[in-house]
Amino acid sequence: MIGKLALIIRREYLAKVRNRSFIVMTILSPLLIVGMIVLIVYLTKINDNEKRVISVLNESAFFYDEFSSSETLSYVRFDGLTLQQAQDSTNSLGYYGLLYLPQMDNAEEVAQAAYLYTKDNPNTQVTQKLEAVFQKKLRQGRMEKLGVSAEQFSEIEKPFEINLATFEGEKSIKGINEIKAFIGGGFGYAIMMFIIIYGGFVMRSVIEEKTSRIIEVIISSVKPFQLMLGKIIGTSLAGITQFVIWIVSASLLLFLVVLFLGLDLSVLSGEAAMAPGPMGSAADFNSIVNDDMLLYTREILNIPWALLIGSFLIYFILGYLIYSSIYAAIGAAVDNETDTQQFIFPIILPLMLAIYVGFFSVFSNPHGPIAVGFSLFPLTSPIVMLMRLPGGIGEGGVPLWQLILSIALLIVTFLGIVTLAAKIYRVGILMYGKRPTYKELFKWLRY
Amino acid sequence: MDHILVANNVSKTFGNYTALSNISLKIPTNCIYGLLGPNGAGKTTFIRIINQITYQDQGEILFNGEPLAPKHISVIGYLPEERGLYKSMKVGEQALYLAQLKGLSKNEAKKRLKYWFDRLDIGDWWNKKIQELSKGMAQKVQFIVTVLHKPKLLIFDEPFSGFDPINANIIKDEILQLKENGTSIIFSTHRMESVEELCEHIALIHKSEKILDGKLSEIKKAYKNNIFNVGLQLEQDNEMLLKNLQDKFNILSSSYNEEERQLDFVMKLPSSQTGDVLATLSNHANVNRFEETIPSANDIFIQTVNKKDNDR
Repeated sequence: MIGKLALIIRREYLAKVRNRSFIVMTILSPLLIVGMIVLIVYLTKINDNEKRVISVLNESAFFYDEFSSSETLSYVRFDGLTLQQAQDSTNSLGYYGLLYLPQMDNAEEVAQAAYLYTKDNPNTQVTQKLEAVFQKKLRQGRMEKLGVSAEQFSEIEKPFEINLATFEGEKSIKGINEIKAFIGGGFGYAIMMFIIIYGGFVMRSVIEEKTSRIIEVIISSVKPFQLMLGKIIGTSLAGITQFVIWIVSASLLLFLVVLFLGLDLSVLSGEAAMAPGPMGSAADFNSIVNDDMLLYTREILNIPWALLIGSFLIYFILGYLIYSSIYAAIGAAVDNETDTQQFIFPIILPLMLAIYVGFFSVFSNPHGPIAVGFSLFPLTSPIVMLMRLPGGIGEGGVPLWQLILSIALLIVTFLGIVTLAAKIYRVGILMYGKRPTYKELFKWLRY
Repeated sequence: MDHILVANNVSKTFGNYTALSNISLKIPTNCIYGLLGPNGAGKTTFIRIINQITYQDQGEILFNGEPLAPKHISVIGYLPEERGLYKSMKVGEQALYLAQLKGLSKNEAKKRLKYWFDRLDIGDWWNKKIQELSKGMAQKVQFIVTVLHKPKLLIFDEPFSGFDPINANIIKDEILQLKENGTSIIFSTHRMESVEELCEHIALIHKSEKILDGKLSEIKKAYKNNIFNVGLQLEQDNEMLLKNLQDKFNILSSSYNEEERQLDFVMKLPSSQTGDVLATLSNHANVNRFEETIPSANDIFIQTVNKKDNDR
């Protein structure tokens, strides 16, 4: 019996990996992924590198050093020109704009009378920067009027950042929860993608056996359940092969790209960490990264990787088996792929729900009631629980009973669903000609 | 007589639909057994139960005297009506796979495949994909795969569909040869001409019930109804003769060829005793034809099914 199962797994595996479109996808995908990354990094850089030049026509006695070049803005002084001349030169030199500071008695008045001339409506970032310069200068002036010295002023202006710590007294840092959830979410997302891609393969392979009419020949030699299991395992092994090839070749390619093209991936890591949710601007994040790099590294190393990877394997195997047996049953129930739509939507739904709930609820509150509920519900738990797990087990993390209950529910569901799916499969593979309704599927369960 | 397969009161329902009700059959060892019936009669369900693809709700099936069990799968060969092969797999690889699923070792399977491929003259197809073959060619591969593991019981469901007459004949000869070598064969079909040629025993299933079974020759004997075809060669035109005969016998139809002076008619006799009748006829003319009509399997099939339907 085991021998037959092995034969089936081997055939399904070989049939899959020898398939031309499978080979093409395996080779092309890493190229596409790396291409995308290179493109994103390149675009981000272009965006950053666009340095805007602003010419300054300063007729006042105030504001001199205040307008100093920064990463995104640089200033060019136009001295001794008339406003009209300055405007013309700015335009002809292709500068972003002209800042005009007229001759006035004091800084307040200069500021009131100052103008920024641009070709089109100016970018908000630019105006904000300029306004900040004025604001600082004016505030300093007002303070001086109140008898605050320049030294005292800089003391007042010193930036403040709140200290963070956990109840246990460990120093904590901003954004770490999001990073943790993001890592867990990555695992969850991988599970979802795997289920959708390879579950679909299982389904198509079942349909192929039906339409080529080989199915009855095969099940006169092996049990339908063996065939279904062999198909699911064989296809997932092919899937894992493909995943491994993707990861290895993509990292290798990326490494080569970084090595030979000198691509700076740190841009990307900032962007990626940004993506998940509302957590402040990238600039904040970057400064934190620089300041607290060590802390972050420690926190990431502190993520219970063994637990996370162990649970990933458990949730991956159980979740994949549940969903792919449903896919197999769907494949058995229909005659061609176009008939599958009505059945596929209801099984994609919980997967989508898990991802959305994960991103919107679990990230902000990993142990709230919604997160707990969805991490126990068997059709969503493989994804949602993995988003919660990087916080660890026990205090401050997922309570142990929840993890155990979640896995137990998943196992019970797995046994139930596989039994039902096998029944539908057994009847469905021998039914030709009509598109079944849900009612009929329910009837098949009793044959 | 030994029986390879005995079914006792086998019933099967799907929901409200009865596929088989109380079917009892005895299939003798080393014979070709025709399982006949209109479409939807329940033949395929019965065959699937023998192959343990589905299971009966009631009744028992004995294989060589033992209750049918999974171990028997390796000594049964089944060519389903709905058959096909993996389209994108190579012929040889596919045949090996299916043979191994039936429990043959790889080497043994290879050896036997070579023998069969040569025998059916398809040796150079080994590395072709099924989708490159014609339907008839694929059927040959399918036939080989069915018989390769030398099953004790072979089940053919409409084996000749998809074959051209020449290849159908080749397959028919192979089936007869397999029977010579000691295999028991169940042959399911609704094409009666092949039944006449092949089957020694038949069972007729109609609307889930067995309505007739037994040795084909005996069934035919039982279905005889003493109808005879007679031909008389007259010496001269004799218009009174037919009238005279019609008075004496039950003549169903007649025809007369004036040029040849040949009178042909069909008559039904009260019994199968023919001596007196022949003597009477000989007195009038030269009898050049006198033959009893034996019902064909097709006649029996239609007659029995119609009778059953009218009884309801």
